[in-house]
Amino acid sequence: MTNARVAGVGLTHFGNHPERTSRDLFAEAGLAALDDASVDPADVEAVHYGNFMGELSEHQGHQGPLAAESLGVHAPATRYESACASSGVALRQAVRDVRNGEADVLVVGGAERMNNLDTARTTEALAIAADELYEVRAGMTFPGAYALMANAYFEQFGGTREDLAHIAVKNHENAVGNDHAQYQSEITVEEAMDSPPVASPLHLYDACPITDGASAVVLVSEDYAERNDLDASIAITGTGQGGDMMALQDRENVATSPAATDAADEAYADAGVTAGDVDVAEVHDCFTIAEVLATESLGFFETGEGVAAARDGVTTREGDLPVNLSGGLKAKGHPVGATGTSQVAELTRVLRGDHHNSEYVPDARVGVAHNAGGTVASAVVHVLEVQE
Amino acid sequence: MTETRDAGYDDWLDALESGDGYYLECANGHGSLPPRRVCPHCASRELTEEPLPETGTVETHTTIHVATPSFVDDAPYVTAVVDFGPVRLTGQVLADEADAENGLEVTPRVGESETTGERLLCFEPR
Ligand SMILES: [Zn+2]
Repeated sequence: MTNARVAGVGLTHFGNHPERTSRDLFAEAGLAALDDASVDPADVEAVHYGNFMGELSEHQGHQGPLAAESLGVHAPATRYESACASSGVALRQAVRDVRNGEADVLVVGGAERMNNLDTARTTEALAIAADELYEVRAGMTFPGAYALMANAYFEQFGGTREDLAHIAVKNHENAVGNDHAQYQSEITVEEAMDSPPVASPLHLYDACPITDGASAVVLVSEDYAERNDLDASIAITGTGQGGDMMALQDRENVATSPAATDAADEAYADAGVTAGDVDVAEVHDCFTIAEVLATESLGFFETGEGVAAARDGVTTREGDLPVNLSGGLKAKGHPVGATGTSQVAELTRVLRGDHHNSEYVPDARVGVAHNAGGTVASAVVHVLEVQE
Repeated sequence: MTETRDAGYDDWLDALESGDGYYLECANGHGSLPPRRVCPHCASRELTEEPLPETGTVETHTTIHVATPSFVDDAPYVTAVVDFGPVRLTGQVLADEADAENGLEVTPRVGESETTGERLLCFEPR
């Protein structure tokens, strides 16, 4: 088996770009990735593309071919949809394609256009990641679902709104200097506490923003990298995916995310590493509580201890285990279908040493990306390692 | 919303509305909600309709301030996951934010969205 190598990565600015189509956003990210990789579009054998709400926001289905043609690529192209984990699952398929010898060169990425809808319509579009009959029709929103998880977490394990605010503050701090980030300004715990409520106990600063943007990764086989003398020092050595019941009400425990635990266990075993080997992580912090659940599922902290670790600064860039050096979904932004591959793009730069926060982890060898769909009914985890 | 009924789901709401709420139980005692052909927990295909317990307990709740267009006039409102023993349900708690708490005992009933008039699952504090 050959490892999939990351030959190049590309990102648009993540932010408020209501007038830009997904095809234009993806073209920018994908071409940047091809340029970064020094790969000819004619060599690309498949495009795997993630998008969540294109039918609602752009009246556009069947987006795979559009994604390929926006890059000048003539190859089979497929759209993957797993809510917020859409490009994460697209990446997993691409890694498998390289490993099983199906392809030597793939472009994998995603895009999302959201700000052309008003907030209420975006809230409606995001809500369809939940169970339509038993959650959405009962008035559930996406922040509402995570609020139910946060309330259950506090009840079972303790923790406060103020603890969660530390995660928002950290991720804003990490985004300063990230040219791709939606927010590049620091906030304080007091500002987070004073922000308006969205779905109690979550307030505005516990939530990721509504974001337009795209990301892309060029994956190649080791053989192709060698033949073409590519600088592709980062390998994806582990991939894992987990699933859970769609509705929160059908889960064994509303305050944990076992789908992500399963995905992490599979990815670690695949790579031959343990949670203790991980130097740096990008996790799916669509809400502050989601970062807590993610760090527990990834095995960094015991169940119920993630919130204290966040408050104690373990996950800051000066801490033992830096999480979301990019700024995370919270400050970098969350263009839903683009999120999974954007995490891998950021981690690649961290491990290559050309990330704005690389200086904080100069010896990092192992990185982990955690991408969750909905209320973690889907989860994908990838392990990235520096190869000689 | 569509005018076509959702088989299973709308029948379930009808039953709840007329005071005959039920859940589906498999041969191994797992609870679930229709429409189902198998138990999502164990894949058993022997599902029977069992009476929904009259009271449940709020397991976790939130007050939603930013709603979807179908609920803008309802906001703020309390949403909760309520434990009925063999099955849990999600719906709107007919209580003010200050009165909603985990552990609250409630009974289920069918109410409607203030915004659209569509039917929805509600919980009345006992
Ligand atoms: Zn069963």
